[in-house]
Amino acid sequence: MRQQVIDTKMNSHTAGEADECLFEYLHTEMVNYTLSKASNKKEKEEELSRLEWMGFSVGYRIIERLTRDCSRFKDELDMIKFICTDFWSSLYHKQIDNLRTNHHGVYMLQDNSFRLLNKVGTNCNKQYLQESPRLLAFTCGLLRGSLANLGIISTVNAEISTLPSCKFHVQVQQM
Amino acid sequence: MAVCVAVIGKDNSPKYIRCADESLALQFHCKVHTSIDIIEEKLNIGNKTAIDIRDLYLGLLYATEEYKIYGYATNTKIKFIIVLQSSNISLRDNDVKMIFKKLHAAYSNAVCNPFYIPGDEINSKSFDVSIMEIMGII
Repeated sequence: MRQQVIDTKMNSHTAGEADECLFEYLHTEMVNYTLSKASNKKEKEEELSRLEWMGFSVGYRIIERLTRDCSRFKDELDMIKFICTDFWSSLYHKQIDNLRTNHHGVYMLQDNSFRLLNKVGTNCNKQYLQESPRLLAFTCGLLRGSLANLGIISTVNAEISTLPSCKFHVQVQQM
Repeated sequence: MAVCVAVIGKDNSPKYIRCADESLALQFHCKVHTSIDIIEEKLNIGNKTAIDIRDLYLGLLYATEEYKIYGYATNTKIKFIIVLQSSNISLRDNDVKMIFKKLHAAYSNAVCNPFYIPGDEINSKSFDVSIMEIMGII
């Protein structure tokens, strides 16, 4: 029954390094490709929304597969918790380090060593701080897409203060 | 085995209905659509006081003299409905559960097709094949 995609959840710990690299290479190339189409800074930001859209459709599809074996979610917080633990560890091999919420539809997900950033630089290195937000566009879309399929319409944005760590702000649109 | 299998989307619009006997299709469409109400009730949308079901499998929705209708709803609000013949007593509750598991796997494979636009009707040949396997036609 299980075709094509291997269940990432099962294999997250046994996976070799090679297939981990593949995603990182592909992601870097995707970022390069979308940015290469734009010339000035303003256009570049518009191109990032294309990347975000790619993330959205991936997230929308992958959540169907990942939630297949879990029980039904009780509420919104339950879903966000799933995103922080199972979803994050199947994609980035670790869980979200810190989750905060005001219980009114705003969630802050903090990852202290985000996988797509931890090769870029460390704490004291500020060289690439300006360029690194582009590496988060795909993940923002991923979050938005997976939440959308779970029935939560939201806007997601990200911020980086020091390098390997980043924060995702999820703002749920109230109906 | 199953005489009708249906996939209902988030907004309760049919995404896929397949009947073993196409001449009875209309009758099954009707049965599938009336069972949506019962699913909604079980999922207690907008009614928090009711007991919530943690299992994706919703069990027997209703039974008539001829048919038994079973339901299943995923975390992403997609509903699966299977109609079985009442005379068929060889299938236990667990077997029905397994059928739904297979159906869910087939569905998530179909959704993972990058050319499939979420929310559209499913027109996938490989999904067709797995449904027919589930229904025991091939």
